[in-house]
Amino acid sequence: MNKVTWLRKNLFSTWYNTLLTIICLYFLFWIVKGCLFWAFHQAQWQVIPVNLHLFLVGRFLQSLYWRIWIVLGIITILSLITLSLFTKKSNIINRRFSQSITPWIAPTWLLSFPINIWLIGGGFGLQSVSTNLWNGLLLTLLMAIVSIVLSFPIGVILALGRTSNLFLTRWFSILYIEIVRGLPIIGILFIAQVMLPLFLPTELRLDRLIRGIAGLVLFSAAYMGENVRGGLQSIPRGQTEASKALGFNTPLVVRLIILPQALRAVIPAIVGQFISLFKNTSLLSLVGLVELTGIARSILAQPQFLGRYAEVYIFIGLIYWLFCYSMSLASRKLEKQLGN
Amino acid sequence: MQAQTPIIIAEDVHKWYGKFHVLKGVSLTINRGEVVVLMGPSGSGKSTFIRTFNALEEYQQGSISIDGITLSRDLRNIEKIRKEAGMVFQQFNLFPHLTVLKNITLAPIWVRKLPKAKAEELAMQLLERVGILEQANKYPGQLSGGQQQRVAIARALAMQPKIMLFDEPTSALDPEMVREVLDVIKNLASEGMTMVVVTHEVGFAREVADRVIIMDAGYLVEEATPDTFFTEPKEERTRKFLSQIL
Repeated sequence: MNKVTWLRKNLFSTWYNTLLTIICLYFLFWIVKGCLFWAFHQAQWQVIPVNLHLFLVGRFLQSLYWRIWIVLGIITILSLITLSLFTKKSNIINRRFSQSITPWIAPTWLLSFPINIWLIGGGFGLQSVSTNLWNGLLLTLLMAIVSIVLSFPIGVILALGRTSNLFLTRWFSILYIEIVRGLPIIGILFIAQVMLPLFLPTELRLDRLIRGIAGLVLFSAAYMGENVRGGLQSIPRGQTEASKALGFNTPLVVRLIILPQALRAVIPAIVGQFISLFKNTSLLSLVGLVELTGIARSILAQPQFLGRYAEVYIFIGLIYWLFCYSMSLASRKLEKQLGN
Repeated sequence: MQAQTPIIIAEDVHKWYGKFHVLKGVSLTINRGEVVVLMGPSGSGKSTFIRTFNALEEYQQGSISIDGITLSRDLRNIEKIRKEAGMVFQQFNLFPHLTVLKNITLAPIWVRKLPKAKAEELAMQLLERVGILEQANKYPGQLSGGQQQRVAIARALAMQPKIMLFDEPTSALDPEMVREVLDVIKNLASEGMTMVVVTHEVGFAREVADRVIIMDAGYLVEEATPDTFFTEPKEERTRKFLSQIL
């Protein structure tokens, strides 16, 4: 009954509203029907299950998949522990125990990183796998995580530099930020991939992945710096004065008073930057890295799946969306947790 | 009266903001245990003057020495002085991201290098002294203005300073909260703390001050004991100022 009156009031109140409603409904029906028809009758989804392993890890040696499973296991366990520590109402782990392991979380994550890289790449007793074979989602995640982890501290340093009283530091930061922000990311990726080897001595040939990461980090750090600077400038001067009056020196003021507040204020902007960095990894396919988008392009070149663009791109689009949406969920949760 | 040992000596202090001459040769000596109230119309330079004592404002000419340490551009001296002089601000300036307890223990732990347990014990004593022990684990944003200012006083006291500087401590408070903050300051005065208070509270000045000083347009206009000061001011400018606030 209620619904009927609501419909009548909002959608069918006059003859032209009725007409508009009918036209819109028809269009909606038409589009949804088209999509469903395509998805269930025309689309040939075999391209996905047949190539699933390629999408996920590319040409990584199948006999060594167990190593990737271990990496996945390590990351899952660490994530679960971290999550349970930060959701305060967990009764699973007792409080004293969780307090005693909290300081170890960050170092453990850091330590797990070289171990994971070792498991993926081999060497030191394990059969080594060339970085050319690190493909697909595996490479996308690796590039994104490393770039995020590196660009964050560099961004913070740039922001502090730009707000510093030291002339040289300030001008270097401004110069760097303004130059990088004036260049398109694809240009920076090409510079890192093609021109960096020309500048460096031949003995020092950096791996393609490292050059890719360098490009992403150089680009992202400039934007990160500007985001963090916004946070720094939102902190009232009284905070600095009060801490100085208590006898804190400048590094301590920044570390204990200013940065914690500034970073908290710009969490949404920082996570937004992380998300766009994650999506920007797809541009690495244009400089020859076979990450998720790159592997999609080579799958599309398989003779039996020629022309399956829609299926493949919708699938990888879903994967990108899944990761970006989880980041945005995590950021909302973090804000709630920190907001008091 | 205690033995008259000076703890703050300011001589001929000049300060310019750009071309604007804020302090025009101010000299003042404050003895240990003395409570000095600075009054004057807004823009007279009283806040600026008190803020030169812990180097939140630089001065360009003259000299200031606090507890035997001369205030120069030397950062080590500045930090030494800031440990000796606590300051309470008009806008409280508590750290909003930390609990009341952490606000108070932060400086003792990081600057005085006190062990955490000891710093917390001291903080709890101070919170009891300013009458808000039960708020220790709240965040500043959850407290009233008067409570926040009392936390700010406790925070400054936690560094165990020899001097307390108050820069209009009640000016940002709702009228009904002024009393609770002034009472805390009065108690401090009765315990013999050396204090310099910038305020417009005449009643407070009368009751607590050993000396009242009027500043106007960057000059020290008049100084006297509170009794003679409010009843028989000598200077014309003082009379004018008093007629505005009384």
